[in-house]
Amino acid sequence: MLTDLDLTIGGGVTGLLGPSGCGKSTLMRALVGVQRVAGGEVTVFGEPGGSKALRNRVGYVTQAASVYDDLTVAENLKFFARVLAVGPDEVDRAIESVDLRSHRDQVVGRLSGGQRSRVSLAVALLTTPDLLVLDEPTVGLDPVLRRDLWALFHRLADDGAAVLVSSHVMDEAERCDRLLLMREGRILADGTPTEIKEKTATHDVESAFLAIVEQDAA
Amino acid sequence: MNLTPLSPRILLAVAGRVLTQIRRDHRTLAMLLVLPCLLITLLWWMFDGPAGAAGTTFDRIGPAVLAMFPFIVMFLVTSVTTLRERSSGTLERLLAMPMGKLDFLGGYALAFGAVAAVQSVLAVSVSVGLLGLDVQGPVWLLTLVAVADAVLGTALGLFVSAFAQTEFQAVQFMPAVVIPQILLCGLFVPRDLLPDVLGAVSDVLPLSYAVDAMQHLTRTSSTAVVWQDLAVVAGFALAGLALGAATLRRRTA
Repeated sequence: MLTDLDLTIGGGVTGLLGPSGCGKSTLMRALVGVQRVAGGEVTVFGEPGGSKALRNRVGYVTQAASVYDDLTVAENLKFFARVLAVGPDEVDRAIESVDLRSHRDQVVGRLSGGQRSRVSLAVALLTTPDLLVLDEPTVGLDPVLRRDLWALFHRLADDGAAVLVSSHVMDEAERCDRLLLMREGRILADGTPTEIKEKTATHDVESAFLAIVEQDAA
Repeated sequence: MNLTPLSPRILLAVAGRVLTQIRRDHRTLAMLLVLPCLLITLLWWMFDGPAGAAGTTFDRIGPAVLAMFPFIVMFLVTSVTTLRERSSGTLERLLAMPMGKLDFLGGYALAFGAVAAVQSVLAVSVSVGLLGLDVQGPVWLLTLVAVADAVLGTALGLFVSAFAQTEFQAVQFMPAVVIPQILLCGLFVPRDLLPDVLGAVSDVLPLSYAVDAMQHLTRTSSTAVVWQDLAVVAGFALAGLALGAATLRRRTA
């Protein structure tokens, strides 16, 4: 249940941060157009969310790895590439960008959790989406890989895509260009990490989040 | 219902992927192809046996069994695989891509139809070639009925998978949807000898027409009735696919 939501997401890497169950996934699903929306309007690039014109322009990665466990990494990507009508070069590039080249011919079901979610991410990178919606893509990953993925998100943003990344880990906040702090279905704060910290006179986003929650309750 | 026109590229991509998945799973593949042949042989052994002189029981039951196997197997396989597709998030992902529901369903129907064709060719070859099943009509038509039956199983499996939350539940739909059709299809009691009410029920169950077609093919060489039955089975299969399409929702709660 989301209430009083009125926000616009622009270019760069936008972090959607908040505790588990606060509505991050629901908001993302509404953007992508797979969430049944009871009221309100979701517009992406001037079109209603989930409309046909957007399906080539919006990439979406769910929290659980949405790939086929009984196919290899390459088979998964080739299948989605055929659906999206993109060539084999894009398959190689996508596998490369999530650093899975050495696992190319392994069956996805035998990969680790982090590797599986990277396969899922690679599928979203097959096209060059204008909006990339990533639901907790870095949860449980090795710190080195997490750093590399954030670098990748910024590279995509620099190439002109709007990247929306959710996380319940506050220390990822510093890596975003813009932050949306969310709690119980509401956006509590919206701004760059520095702005949010200055406004609350705190040194890290975690304390800023606490300060805002307390202000809100008062 | 808003249905985008079919895209052959996407439909073939889905079919190819489903076939790769089946091919990778050796145990399932073996079961799909070998099990029907073994069960039909068992049936022949029970009734006619190696020593039995040209028995008539196998000739009576064999055709019905040839119609049942592709139906049952494809129903089970499809309801479980599409349920997996729904719960793993891959269906949601595909529907967020430029994929129409009919591409998805058509891809599944094509892949399982192809598997059913191989399965039926094997089962029909064993029945006719090795076990001496007497077929008056053309043998290829027997196979065609079996394929239509398999597509019917696929369509119904797709449809019921929408009502199951777990694979456990999906498998339970087998006794609910399939067994009544087996009981009333004319295998145990000829359909015209059924109590009136059950006869009427049997008239609206698709498997009855598939079994009827098979029995006609073994008994007579005229094919008019067979084509009629085949059209009914195909009609049910298309209706099942349309109902299945209605259960594939892009937006979910």
